[in-house]
Amino acid sequence: MAETKPSVWKKITSNRLFLPVVCLLVVLLINVIRTPAFFQISIRNGVLYGYIVDVVNRASELVILAVGMTLVTAASGGQDISVGAVMAVAAAVCCQILSGGKVTTSAFQNPLLLAIVAALAASALCGAFNGFLVARLKIQPMVATLILFTAGRGIAQLVTQGQITYVRVGTYQVIGGYIASCPIPTPIFIAIGTALLVYLVLNKTALGLSIESVGINGSASRLVGLNSTMIQFLTYVLCGLLAGVAGIVASSRIYSADANNIGLNLEMDAILAVALGGNFLGGGKFSLMGSVIGAFTIQALTTTLYAMNVSGDQLPVYKAIAVVIIVTLQSPVFQEFLKARKVRRRRTAEGGSCG
Amino acid sequence: MKQRRKEKRTFNGNTFLLVITIGLFLAMYIAGMVVFSDKGFGKPQMFLNLLISNAGLIVIGCGLTIVMVTGGIDISVGSVIALVCMVMADLMENKGVSPYAAVLAALLIGLAFGVVQGFLISYLNIQPFIVTLAGMFFGRGLTAVVSKEMISIKNGLFQSWAKCRIYMPFGSYSNKGKFHPAYIYPTVVIALVVLILIIVMMKYSKFGRQLYAIGGNQQSALMMGLNVKRTKFLAYVLDGFLAGLGSFLFCLNSLAGFVEQAKGFEMDAISASVIGGTLLTGGVGTPIGTFFGALIKGTISSLITTQGTLSSWWVRIALSVLLCFFIVLQSVFAAMKRKKHS
Repeated sequence: MAETKPSVWKKITSNRLFLPVVCLLVVLLINVIRTPAFFQISIRNGVLYGYIVDVVNRASELVILAVGMTLVTAASGGQDISVGAVMAVAAAVCCQILSGGKVTTSAFQNPLLLAIVAALAASALCGAFNGFLVARLKIQPMVATLILFTAGRGIAQLVTQGQITYVRVGTYQVIGGYIASCPIPTPIFIAIGTALLVYLVLNKTALGLSIESVGINGSASRLVGLNSTMIQFLTYVLCGLLAGVAGIVASSRIYSADANNIGLNLEMDAILAVALGGNFLGGGKFSLMGSVIGAFTIQALTTTLYAMNVSGDQLPVYKAIAVVIIVTLQSPVFQEFLKARKVRRRRTAEGGSCG
Repeated sequence: MKQRRKEKRTFNGNTFLLVITIGLFLAMYIAGMVVFSDKGFGKPQMFLNLLISNAGLIVIGCGLTIVMVTGGIDISVGSVIALVCMVMADLMENKGVSPYAAVLAALLIGLAFGVVQGFLISYLNIQPFIVTLAGMFFGRGLTAVVSKEMISIKNGLFQSWAKCRIYMPFGSYSNKGKFHPAYIYPTVVIALVVLILIIVMMKYSKFGRQLYAIGGNQQSALMMGLNVKRTKFLAYVLDGFLAGLGSFLFCLNSLAGFVEQAKGFEMDAISASVIGGTLLTGGVGTPIGTFFGALIKGTISSLITTQGTLSSWWVRIALSVLLCFFIVLQSVFAAMKRKKHS
């Protein structure tokens, strides 16, 4: 009994998903203590209602972004910080096409499908631009994506001509609202669907393994015969595309395209979700599931902080501290320090028993 | 013969990049003078205005050049500006602190950012991007914690610093034939002094040479016996200090603190540095190039504001395009260099 106990414990703690799940549980526990009604789910006006539903619903965009960010991180060892701006671009393109160039509309001027395809194409193009800079020109991912991070919202402003475009049509609000009489919010379906689709594509094809191998050692993968440039490029295109999906969901929630505020500060949340998910930010092996759990944790944390009267402007302070703590714990120097301490402690313990 | 060979060696791709930068600046400025000659673009004051409105950028750009030469980056500078301006405004307007103490606070905030980020980057070996991205969000968030409302600085002494004109011996004549001497503000003097100090430091001091050595090849710098970690740490501390000083200059220009201030400024500073010939991979870059990079950014924004009908978003977009162009140019040069070697 005493023999097996530590090994089981070790098995659990050494699991990749251990840290993300523990973080999620801690945040949920805090919430339950603060608001005992946290897990209560009721049905009001034919839709599910409750804190937890709200957290899962609001986390949808973040889950989608985190999936894309995980791939980019794994393949290139850097992060795409333009995702928030790309969301704004996608939202702007989508709403502008739907409204036919007017500031507000109460009927589709163009088919919804066309608008969505165009928005996704625009965001994929943004991703391709990032991918070209990173994969082909070998620029550090953060500098390359910094270009769209600052210029992206400007482009979105130009698309909407500096205004907030409103699309007051019921059909458009379905994406960020509810399908007919289904009580579960649509974004949840979209997020789970996207994550599942990406997971299947990665695991049923060699793409997942290729991404990991490129992230671990790009030149070695190239020598093995993988087109590492192409794989890195593809992850950025995919990340842009997913940011576009998130942008459409976000704009549908508020049935408008607000170029200044859609996806604001979400890049930080997405990176945090990836880091919390137990993924090493330097690239290599990754776990999509970890990032998804990380995204839910972040959203739960955000909701908690809002409940504690922290305003939206001030949230980044806490998240920045969280990021620094996580990356410090992940850093090899710190890991070695811990290991050395452990060894030293064991040695002193042994020395104590002998003497 | 020997002389010629030496000349050939010094005129390499990197010098060429600097020449392109200076040429581009002159071309843009002259084009502006020709196109907007009726709007006073040709007056000497117009050039001095470039220095006045970009004094902060020059100082912060120098700081960025230092860390970029070591192969790192700092994207927290925009938020440091917002935080410093907000804290200075809050201290002077709401807490009644003297401007001298406020300036000290500004420098200390910059230093604190530099020390913490430098420690995390150099001693804990965390990627500079992640650390300074966290710094960027931290600074902006902390600004909102200090105050969510805009605070204008009305302190008399601080205003007098900001409005103290230093007249030049040259100037221009108005339509009525009256002589208007050109002027600069003290911010320009501080910026230029800092620029010269940094140029001298980078070129002639031991520390400056160590920075280049580390950026060129960290492994060989370590083998040579350089204290890589300490030098990197000091580079970030210096960068943080310059960010604090630059923020103070920025504050003298804006005379206000608000949450959205200097949003995207990190982009301006990085572009100024890269356009000025600093390689993103480290090891190459000069403060003088950054100076011209900052002037190019200033020229773009004054061209767009003089033009009048374009929205201010175009400044960022034009700068991004230019940054892209220079990055591509750098990678082409790097590829050519590799080919020559192999």
